[in-house]
Amino acid sequence: MTDSADNAVDVVGVSKIFGSGDQEVRALDDVSVSIRQNEFFTLLGPSGCGKTTLLRLLAGFEHPTRGQIFLNGKDIAGLPPNRRPVNTVFQSYALFPHLTVGQNIGFGLEMLGKPKDEVEDTVDRMLKLVRMEALKKRRTSQISGGQQQRVALARALAPHPEVLLLDEPLSALDFKLRKEMQLELKRLQNETGITFIFVTHDQEEALTMSDRVAVMRDGNILQVGSPRDIYDRPAERFVADFIGDSNFLRAVIKDVSGGRARLALDAGMETEAELPDGMAESGAVTVVVRPEQARFLDGEPGARETVLEGRVETVVYFGTDTHYHMTLSSGERFIARIQNDDRGERAPEQGSAVRVAIPTRAVQVLKD
Amino acid sequence: MADPLSTGVGGAGERRAKRFSVQTMPGFTIMAALCFIALYAPLFPMVFYSFNAGESIAVWQGFSWRWYESAWGNELVKDVTIRSLVVACFASAIATTLATLAALGTTRTEAFKGQTFIYVIINQPLMVPEIVTGVALLVFFAMIKVATGYTGLAYLIAAHTAFCIPFAYLPIRARLEGMDKTLEAAAADLYATPFQAFRRITLPLMAPGIVAGAMLAFVISLDDVVITELVKAAGQDTLPTYMLGQLRRAITPEINAISTALLAITVVLLTAIFFLTRKKE
Repeated sequence: MTDSADNAVDVVGVSKIFGSGDQEVRALDDVSVSIRQNEFFTLLGPSGCGKTTLLRLLAGFEHPTRGQIFLNGKDIAGLPPNRRPVNTVFQSYALFPHLTVGQNIGFGLEMLGKPKDEVEDTVDRMLKLVRMEALKKRRTSQISGGQQQRVALARALAPHPEVLLLDEPLSALDFKLRKEMQLELKRLQNETGITFIFVTHDQEEALTMSDRVAVMRDGNILQVGSPRDIYDRPAERFVADFIGDSNFLRAVIKDVSGGRARLALDAGMETEAELPDGMAESGAVTVVVRPEQARFLDGEPGARETVLEGRVETVVYFGTDTHYHMTLSSGERFIARIQNDDRGERAPEQGSAVRVAIPTRAVQVLKD
Repeated sequence: MADPLSTGVGGAGERRAKRFSVQTMPGFTIMAALCFIALYAPLFPMVFYSFNAGESIAVWQGFSWRWYESAWGNELVKDVTIRSLVVACFASAIATTLATLAALGTTRTEAFKGQTFIYVIINQPLMVPEIVTGVALLVFFAMIKVATGYTGLAYLIAAHTAFCIPFAYLPIRARLEGMDKTLEAAAADLYATPFQAFRRITLPLMAPGIVAGAMLAFVISLDDVVITELVKAAGQDTLPTYMLGQLRRAITPEINAISTALLAITVVLLTAIFFLTRKKE
């Protein structure tokens, strides 16, 4: 690895196999990913996708069956957790119940053999950072779930790790507190400048907080990119389906020139879309269109729009927007999400035949 | 991965009325009361007559502390009590140490082959009849006595240690199993070496289990008759074997007084164990 020093973390060809023989479970299958300095990086996927295993490998609680893990250019795959400059915020918080809030936060520094006054100073600074100054002397059992969450964060940040690992830390909080902590985490990351690696199964959490997201399934990383990349340009059906709502449409490639394909949609007109690398340049493909990209068409479509025809089956009102569930002329299902913004657009009724316009740039060809 | 909020608490509440519960069966209260009476009623006359002013254990002749004073002043009682305490202290200390190590070995390691077998070995004294263990030890120790010539208290301590181990082991293991292993992972994550993690996190958190185990072992050792009777050398009576010996002669309420004192110690210790091992909410 020549450029590994530029990255906070480099995972190179890592596999993790639990058990053996018939009970062999391949939790990670030849995974490689690089995480940049000072990045808020999220591992996103359903349970069992290997995201927590990857986090545990980074923390040192597990060791890879194959492959290497570099932290700022140093190979750490063989080091025990206590010799890695990496700290973890656990899903259960794992606060020490026999110690006070202050002692919990100071634990890491104490174990590093820092002098008492330095430990005290840092603890006070951390308490201030997470706005918990008043609770320093409390037992961890005497504070609320949200406060425990902050203590867990402060405890993991106090030794100023090179990388902070967060294992679904918000999943035990209620909705409102979760929203608050999302902003709080982002603020802490900005203020401390520490690389955050965040594990979650919540796509919204991933989109709102991350600089980059890695979508995982079955021990593989399917796609890495900014939240916008992942949402607007999903590479695979699973990614499109897992993140946000999606309409999947069948299409046939007519011809390809300069990486762009002319596609005939089963449900309507021709359209154009970029073809992902390594795909066959003919045959049937699936494209994805996000529901909010559609609009109902009164007159002629724009130059860079394609038209679908169908019938409205159900109308669901959501306050800020309305969802129209349709059956297209090809028999495929399609959902259009229209903002309720009184711009005078025609609102079709249940059972009416409609034409839907989609901008060409919103059509994304999927790999599978 | 489990979502702690998604347990079906609400559903259980709705169906509560239809759930089977022993407490709602007819006669439950009476049965429970009868069981408690059968268990504890015999203790009351014993305690009662320990305060008898007369010499009988069946005819009440007024209240007095006489038999407590007599027991307290009895040199023989003093001797055997001290011996009992010495044996109980050593046996419970050694048993607790071994039980702590065994509990760590069976809960803080990866699952290994033969783990069930290990449980059986550790808990063997609970299953083998005491008299069998006693006879086995008698024969075994006799061989050692012949070979070494040593006839001291160590035999009793060793025998007591052996049967105290499971009593110390069970509460310690229960405590460790109830302890979140993530705490030790968190300590390691925060730069604690395995030894530091044990001393700063595991040991303080398992301490109530250790104390409870030690107390239980202590009480068990203090009460033992069968094995002690078989293993002890001449002049090595403990309090229970001394009392057994006394019962063969003229019985006075002094025996009641000693028994009541033992009962009081046991109740105090068991109450302490209860408070140490109950789950805090």
